[in-house]
Amino acid sequence: MNKQLICERSRISRLLVGLSLSLFGLLFLVQNSYAKLEIEILEGVSGAIPIAIVPLKWEATTPPPSTLPNTVVSADLYRSGLFSPLPAEDIIATPANGDEIRFAAWQALKNDYIVVGKISGDVVDGYEVSFELFDIHTQQRLLARVFPVKPGDLRHAAHRIADAVYERIIGTPGAFATRIAYVTATGTGDNIEFQLMVADADGFSPQAIATSPEPLMSPAWSPDGNRIAYVSFEKGNSAVYIQNILTGSRQLISSFKGINGAPSFSPDGHRLAVSLSKSGNSEIYLHTLGSSEFTRLTNHWSIDTEPVWDSNGHYIYFTSDRAGRPQIYRIKVTGGNPERISWEGDYNARASISPRNNKIAMVQGSKNRYRIAIQDLENNRLIVVTNGILDESPSFAPNGSMILYASKENGKGVLLAVSVDGRVKQRLVLSEGDVREPAWSPIIQ
Amino acid sequence: MNSITKSLLALMLVTGLTACKKDEIKDDIDSAPIVDSSTAPDVTTAAVDPRNHTDVRNLDNPESLLSKRVIYFDYDQSTVRAEFRPVVQAHAAFVAANSSASVTLEGHADERGSREYNLALGERRGNSVSGLFSAQGVRGSQMNVVSYGEERPICRETSDSCWGSNRRVEIVYTAR
Repeated sequence: MNKQLICERSRISRLLVGLSLSLFGLLFLVQNSYAKLEIEILEGVSGAIPIAIVPLKWEATTPPPSTLPNTVVSADLYRSGLFSPLPAEDIIATPANGDEIRFAAWQALKNDYIVVGKISGDVVDGYEVSFELFDIHTQQRLLARVFPVKPGDLRHAAHRIADAVYERIIGTPGAFATRIAYVTATGTGDNIEFQLMVADADGFSPQAIATSPEPLMSPAWSPDGNRIAYVSFEKGNSAVYIQNILTGSRQLISSFKGINGAPSFSPDGHRLAVSLSKSGNSEIYLHTLGSSEFTRLTNHWSIDTEPVWDSNGHYIYFTSDRAGRPQIYRIKVTGGNPERISWEGDYNARASISPRNNKIAMVQGSKNRYRIAIQDLENNRLIVVTNGILDESPSFAPNGSMILYASKENGKGVLLAVSVDGRVKQRLVLSEGDVREPAWSPIIQ
Repeated sequence: MNSITKSLLALMLVTGLTACKKDEIKDDIDSAPIVDSSTAPDVTTAAVDPRNHTDVRNLDNPESLLSKRVIYFDYDQSTVRAEFRPVVQAHAAFVAANSSASVTLEGHADERGSREYNLALGERRGNSVSGLFSAQGVRGSQMNVVSYGEERPICRETSDSCWGSNRRVEIVYTAR
């Protein structure tokens, strides 16, 4: 035995690196809890709706948090690109209910809408939040709600207010009280640490739910928002796991010979579509959770991968290069002949289906340029909504208003969001590491 | 970064230096072929014929094709290019002749396009090499294809040359 032999597969070096990484991981986790995603608007819409979000009157018996809920509501509405909230320094009065609003004064400040309200209770037993939305021009009350909030959930309460205001004015549900999952890679060379992260949709409260020195990939949310399926190489080869993000418990779903990848939950949460290559090349399989069965859905010598369900659970959309280059196809979940969906461009992959099943977002590539395109499934019109070089992993917001995707800027992976019409763009900034593969959660009830 | 993190990073660097790196490509001229002088005192001066692709010593002989372990591919392609066939054939000859030898064929892709498609593409490249191995009589039990897709790049720049060095199959000996 010589040194070369030991080093060839370098189990020992991996162990050492693994040990130091796990030590490093502990420290990093502590540091990382302070690193947060920040969102900045790259392009907005002119003519955004002016709205005043008045600080909610603090009637609670314990001191208020450092970030007041009205600030969170303003930030949410601002980053939707559809609203232009009145800056805090221009808030001239703090009415707590409709009777206290002097409409003429707010109208003079050129606002169309105003939100007022109050918070009572305390930090131990929880709060009660009440708010009202008024149309300043008609002085009509559009919305009035009262709801209890658990201690520590004030940010979430603010997202719910923003969702309600957005829905009442825009006409479609908001997606502010949702979460995002993504993968980060920190370090260089062999000393890379991969983390599967979950954060609020505004980037706050990021938490690592899995950490590994080997690649982590392809996070996918369960429809109830409690579980995430993902791919981990921790055993040396790809394997699919499902992890409960509330309890942390984790289950190995598949670790067959070859690829175990691209998990996607069925809309009822009972099944998982995956891509497996145990037959020799990658094919789409359906797996009923809790069973040991994997039913093969596709049968072709080409690459078949990246399955996603439509929201009715009738079709699986997937990527296949059966016509020579990767394109999007769909197949009935009961089987049959796949039908080609994408026709424009010679590289279309990684479909994400809109909640109403009327649009698909995908990565569209030419040789050196990969951007996100949206195809309208009703008239088959296609628009390219991003202008990066290496844009990938599109994920529809659960209200269909925006698409979260990954790109590369200055050699670093970043997350961006774009409205489905391509007009509003946001960058989600993470202070360190390479960020990739965002997945927007469903609307969490 | 605080000082503890720094010292940990330093520790990691040190352990990384003393141990071998997984992705190290063993074709550097500095690493001389290892010859065990205690068992063959009189033939140490006799040079190994680098063209003998069944001799284990050639795996570390920079003069031999067996010291080359990386096969590169064209964009979105998995066909082994003519220039890399001799390297593949040399390793196939070695593994076929040494029944105790086994390899993992690690398939990789460049960063362009979607990650799961690239995972499949990396596997297809690995399969392409394993197909050539089989054709030369290597048994299925002696090889294992693992794809890392674009997750383990050699080079992290956004350029044609960098992408070229990432589209590869690494022949990793798990036993000789």
